[in-house]
Amino acid sequence: MTASNVKPMTRAGEVASRMAAIADEVAGPAADDVDAAARFPTETIDALKAEGLLAALVPIEFGGGGASLEEVSRGLVALGRRCASSAMVVAMHHIQVACLVRHGRNEVLQAYLQELAEHQYLLASATTEVGTGGDVRSSICALEVTDGRFRVEKQAPVISYADDADAVLVTARRTADSPESDQVIVLCRPPGLELEQVGEWNALGFRGTCSTGFILRATGDAGEVLDEPYADISTRTMLPMAHLLWSSVWLGIASDAVDLARRFVQSEARRKPGTMPPAALRLADVTVVHQQFVDMVQSSLARYAAAGTDADRLSSIGFGVGMNALKVSSSTLVVDIVRECMLICGLASYRLDTPYSLGRHLRDAVGAALMVNNDRIMANNAQMLLVLRGE
Amino acid sequence: MTVDETIRQVLAEHGRLAVPVDSLGDDTDLFGAGMTSHASVNVMLALEDAFDFEFSEKMLKKSTFESIGAIRTGVLEMTGG
Repeated sequence: MTASNVKPMTRAGEVASRMAAIADEVAGPAADDVDAAARFPTETIDALKAEGLLAALVPIEFGGGGASLEEVSRGLVALGRRCASSAMVVAMHHIQVACLVRHGRNEVLQAYLQELAEHQYLLASATTEVGTGGDVRSSICALEVTDGRFRVEKQAPVISYADDADAVLVTARRTADSPESDQVIVLCRPPGLELEQVGEWNALGFRGTCSTGFILRATGDAGEVLDEPYADISTRTMLPMAHLLWSSVWLGIASDAVDLARRFVQSEARRKPGTMPPAALRLADVTVVHQQFVDMVQSSLARYAAAGTDADRLSSIGFGVGMNALKVSSSTLVVDIVRECMLICGLASYRLDTPYSLGRHLRDAVGAALMVNNDRIMANNAQMLLVLRGE
Repeated sequence: MTVDETIRQVLAEHGRLAVPVDSLGDDTDLFGAGMTSHASVNVMLALEDAFDFEFSEKMLKKSTFESIGAIRTGVLEMTGG
């Protein structure tokens, strides 16, 4: 896409409502096909690009929308209601953008951020690596920097939507001599980016994220390496942002399921006025749980916003435990809620050919606990709780 | 043992560093030397045991454990040394 055909940037205040409109008009109608074909949701991402929405989190002075995380979260809830695969792609993109906005301080990266806003680049991420057992906080591959140029080769078991992304943020050891935990993150982009696909993506849910494996080879300007250690970027930005924005997507899935269940119960009530539908009480129950989910996401967003860029607060144990708890809670609640809604709608939700079908919701929802496995997150929390103070 | 000797012993036993503890200077970045956040938790627990105190909530942050000098400052602050 060239700069000339990019429409005016959608600014803060309009971001959530424009994302919601695209969710209804574009993502929803395409969702079943995206799911069935396990294909990238091109039309949804193109629609977001056309309104400048991939730069929603980029500050206005860099040509972006200057939106708050809270606003993007609301947009993702709306998108998650209609097409969770699209919403996950957009969430993952915004997480990467936020890392550049908050930590890409040098001139090369600041110029890139402007370019990203102008051309509406889509960013992907390569944090996991073959051989590290799923631990994103250690790398085997290492950067080689010579004469102001970097080179890296990574065996990535997953890079979601890599073929449709304009650049990939990649973690690697700082140097060939660095320990596995001394990581940096580097922006890899054409023409110095080469991706060799390994395997296919044929999964139960989130099928449109196209999360295949790749061997990634990249070279580029050494200025494309973010200055701060990945450990700090992860703690302060990538991990909390991921848990907040993923939770927003999953809240969208749960919210749509509750909407369908409510409509189902209401249609039953209309059929026999005066008789309480059998599932009405269960609907009341699931609505209580859904409200807990809504409030948890909102309060977590507020906690993150209140911490601002205060490094000590963001890296405190209590904050980390809380952000991990958010991910575990929301990935559990989304499955609980969808299952309850299936009990409410009965076979109409189990069938794939009714307006109350919840098959895709359920398949997407169960992936939430697996992408960064909840057991790993709980193990991290168990470790942190050994030293957490109750103050 | 002096405070520094105890800190170095704790790091040798629990820091899981990629380099020998003897090679570390006062300001060497321990995380750069391979200490993971998991290892730093064990270092902290072992320090609390060795010096018989508890770090306060506000000291439970990465910067408290980033170097031998930073750890010494934290230990002395908490033990009133």
